[in-house]
Amino acid sequence: MFGRDEKVSGTRLTAVQYMILVVFLVLAYGLWRLQVVQSDFYSALAEKNKTREVPILAPRGKILDREGRVIVDNYPSFTALLLRDSTRDLSGDADMIAQGLHLDPKEVRERLHKFAGTPQYQPIYLKEDITPDELAFIESHHNELPELDTIVAHRRLYPRNGFMAHLVGYVGEVSEQMLNQPRWELYNPGDVVGKSGVELQYNQVLMGKNGSRQVLVNSKGKEMGELDQKPAVPGHNLKLTLDIDLQIAAEEAMGDKNGAMIAMDPHTGEILAMVSRPTFDPNDFAVRISRAEWAKLVTDPDKPLLNKAIQAQLAPGSTFKILMSVAGWQEGIAQTLNVHCNGGATFYGRRFGCWVKTGHGAVDLTKAIYQSCDVFFYTLAEKLGIDRISKYATAMGLGQKTGIDLPEEATGVMPSEEWKIRNFKQKWYAGETISVGIGQGAVATTPVQLMRAISAISMDGRMVVPHVASPTGLPPEYLETHHYTDVKNIPIDPGGFNLITDAMARVLLPEGTAPSAHIPGVDIAGKTGSAQIVSLKVRALHANNEALNQNGWFVGFTPRRNPDIIVAVLFEGGEHGKLAARLATQVIKAYVDKQRRQPTKVADSSGKVDVGAVWNAGSGDDDDLHGGHFDLEVPKSRLPFAVAAPGLE
Amino acid sequence: MSRYISFRDFDWLLFIFVLMICGLGVMEIRSATSHTKFAGAHIRQIYWIVGGIIGMFLVSLVNYQKLLDRVHWLYIGAIVSLMSVMLFGQKYLGARRWIKMPGGAHFQPSEWVKLILILAVAKYFADLHQRDLTWPDFMKAGAIVLVPMLMVLRQPDLGTGLTYLPIAIIGLFLGGVRFKQAAIVTIAAALLLPLAWHALKPYQRDRLTSFMHPEADSQGSGYQVNQSLIAVGSGGIWGNSEGSQTHLAFLPVPQTDFIFAAFAEEHGFVGALAVMLLYFIVLMRLTQNAQTAPDRAGTFVVMGVVAVLSFHILVNVGMVVGFMPVTGIPLPLMSYGGSSVLFMFLALGIVMNVRMRRFVN
Repeated sequence: MFGRDEKVSGTRLTAVQYMILVVFLVLAYGLWRLQVVQSDFYSALAEKNKTREVPILAPRGKILDREGRVIVDNYPSFTALLLRDSTRDLSGDADMIAQGLHLDPKEVRERLHKFAGTPQYQPIYLKEDITPDELAFIESHHNELPELDTIVAHRRLYPRNGFMAHLVGYVGEVSEQMLNQPRWELYNPGDVVGKSGVELQYNQVLMGKNGSRQVLVNSKGKEMGELDQKPAVPGHNLKLTLDIDLQIAAEEAMGDKNGAMIAMDPHTGEILAMVSRPTFDPNDFAVRISRAEWAKLVTDPDKPLLNKAIQAQLAPGSTFKILMSVAGWQEGIAQTLNVHCNGGATFYGRRFGCWVKTGHGAVDLTKAIYQSCDVFFYTLAEKLGIDRISKYATAMGLGQKTGIDLPEEATGVMPSEEWKIRNFKQKWYAGETISVGIGQGAVATTPVQLMRAISAISMDGRMVVPHVASPTGLPPEYLETHHYTDVKNIPIDPGGFNLITDAMARVLLPEGTAPSAHIPGVDIAGKTGSAQIVSLKVRALHANNEALNQNGWFVGFTPRRNPDIIVAVLFEGGEHGKLAARLATQVIKAYVDKQRRQPTKVADSSGKVDVGAVWNAGSGDDDDLHGGHFDLEVPKSRLPFAVAAPGLE
Repeated sequence: MSRYISFRDFDWLLFIFVLMICGLGVMEIRSATSHTKFAGAHIRQIYWIVGGIIGMFLVSLVNYQKLLDRVHWLYIGAIVSLMSVMLFGQKYLGARRWIKMPGGAHFQPSEWVKLILILAVAKYFADLHQRDLTWPDFMKAGAIVLVPMLMVLRQPDLGTGLTYLPIAIIGLFLGGVRFKQAAIVTIAAALLLPLAWHALKPYQRDRLTSFMHPEADSQGSGYQVNQSLIAVGSGGIWGNSEGSQTHLAFLPVPQTDFIFAAFAEEHGFVGALAVMLLYFIVLMRLTQNAQTAPDRAGTFVVMGVVAVLSFHILVNVGMVVGFMPVTGIPLPLMSYGGSSVLFMFLALGIVMNVRMRRFVN
């Protein structure tokens, strides 16, 4: 064994030891630099890593009726989401997940694939507004499918089947377009705001202020604990002037007919019921509406998204004769006007027919109103001339917005000589005045406008501002911009007022135009109308086209002196005013029944009752809130007076 | 030739320090994995350590001189096993490093090739006696290491491949390389570096450069480095037993290559320094054993182990403190992993073997 004893150079071994020492000193310096010098910097980074600010969404205020009954509520809605933990083969679990959540496994895999490129800490949203059994599935499979999780959000719960949909409106995420407008500039993307109806109009009242939570999260973004909390400020409840009992009656009366109905207290302008048809279900908007569904709503020729009560602009037809009567009386013409109606008359070389082809015979103002004689009002119109008609109609609010506290109210049109020149650069032809006399021609009103005008006449000239929200408790900015309690007085001669309203009361009597709408023991004054939407000649050519049927109108109030309620009905394609009148009197009857404390179906049941279109639940458990159920509390004291309805289904 | 071998001559002191490091490693693995899918890894680590210790005693009984006499067979075996990895290896995460064993276990030959290289280099330089190193000697020594190294680099496994380099360097240094030779080779290597850079895959380049600016792509290639720095830095002087970086899983797979970062977060500067001190003591004790070795070969063997261990510590801790790129090199004795643990204990077994024969001859 030669040579192996020769030792390795001791110097070099020592040199290695020193080299190791140097390496260790450098590494120790590295540790010192990180852990002592820059410790605070890295601690802050670690803090930032593990804490996250999560918003607490403030619940929106409820919308209540005049008696405090809930119309629109919130309910906790769960969204299923997928946490992407790289440790699990997510597409392997897709079948199980899809089965539990009632999804298509292919769809789940496609979603996984679609979001594969996004950061792992962002969860994938699988399904919104899951049902209780889907929620139970997620909770019971926590061990097998740890990647499945839920978040809860409060969603809007609207009455079903489109009950009161146009009035209430709906909410949605604030759009980019809206954020550019001054009204919305202080809002943040993602905020849920009102988009139409009361939800839009009173958004500032209903919307709360979001809070936030500081939470501890792990690297997958999963919450591990809470560090700090700033609570949310919930939105205020909004009390409407609406009466659910009357609303139910109005919704039932309209059924699936097209048109609109409004009921109002003529003393105060408080809207008691408002219906527009066809309707839509705002609950569809509360979750997520599909593009196709939205397109269907927007392109439907019957315009389901339009609130016809305030947005439809149509010829008022014979209901306009009441305004004509007032104008004629105030000008001293109608008192003494007597005409002989033989089924028509000729003005300016053209024959204008009366709706009764055989004629009304001798007609004075009273008979002209309850028989709705066209020839009488043609003659009156000729004598008054367009500018005097226009002056009175404009004073009663035609061709102007009523100022109702709802968005997008239409203006309507009240023609005059000046109006014609301004808009058409043409002279007014005297012949046009004749058609205006019976509410045809260029006149166009919204149902709310027409109702307000006749309400002013029914109150002997006292004209109010219609409104749907109770002004008490509203923030000052609303009270400044909306004159809820403003009253305008139009001078109407008491003699004319008495005569006209008496004549209107006879409309529902056997000699009137709507005897079938008569309710025994209830004093209703009203006026029917039916308005052409195309000329009679065109109509004759398309005899079978129902779309060209005349619109039926009725505006009526009870009682005939100092009325408590006025109801306006637009029955599109209803052909006859008396059909519209029968719809209106159903609401009037509901009102009178309630006033007279008539026992109703409600009296037989106890506690919570099914009130038709409003959501209802079997038991009072909070668990039942899910899926869109809440109880309509009927206070015991009111039980006998509530009106029960079988529902709209 | 009398052979009197006794475990009285076994280096119990070294063994105790090694076990202390292993114990800290097991504790940290337990703490770092308790809330993850790796929970229970510390138990498996204990099995590996026990297995390693048994292996160490067995290796210490075989005369290392006999082993050295047959080292050429071992070397051929090493080359064959690396070739079989290239041909039949299991591909996992884009690299072919493992051979599937009949029992279902995975075996990574590149780890024990390290051990054979230590023996082969020791044998080569021991046989050169003390004459000056000629250029052909230099080339041959280089080839012994470079052939398997290139095979490992091709797997690709940059980290393990690089750990072969210190074996050659320590051999040359102790074998009597002259300053002039060292300088020429260093300059040549520096000139070849750009070529090597081109041979790297893009992700490897990313890993090598991202440590210099970890914030630049903190969600991408810099993520691990960045989270490791945050972990170490937020540990402070005394440590943070909450250890959010580790326990909330911001630091990915903390039980293997980043075990020291997890430890530094939980135990702070003081704890990290204590571990460094333990490693330093182990290395100094090993060097002392090299000095007392019965022959040149023994010294070379022990110093080979010292070189590999130091290099691992330098690269791994250097990575954790942000001085070195991420190369996937574990911290010996602490990081979780059977191959790494077994290698260290078998290497220590040879060291013990050398020490126990220091009075022989």
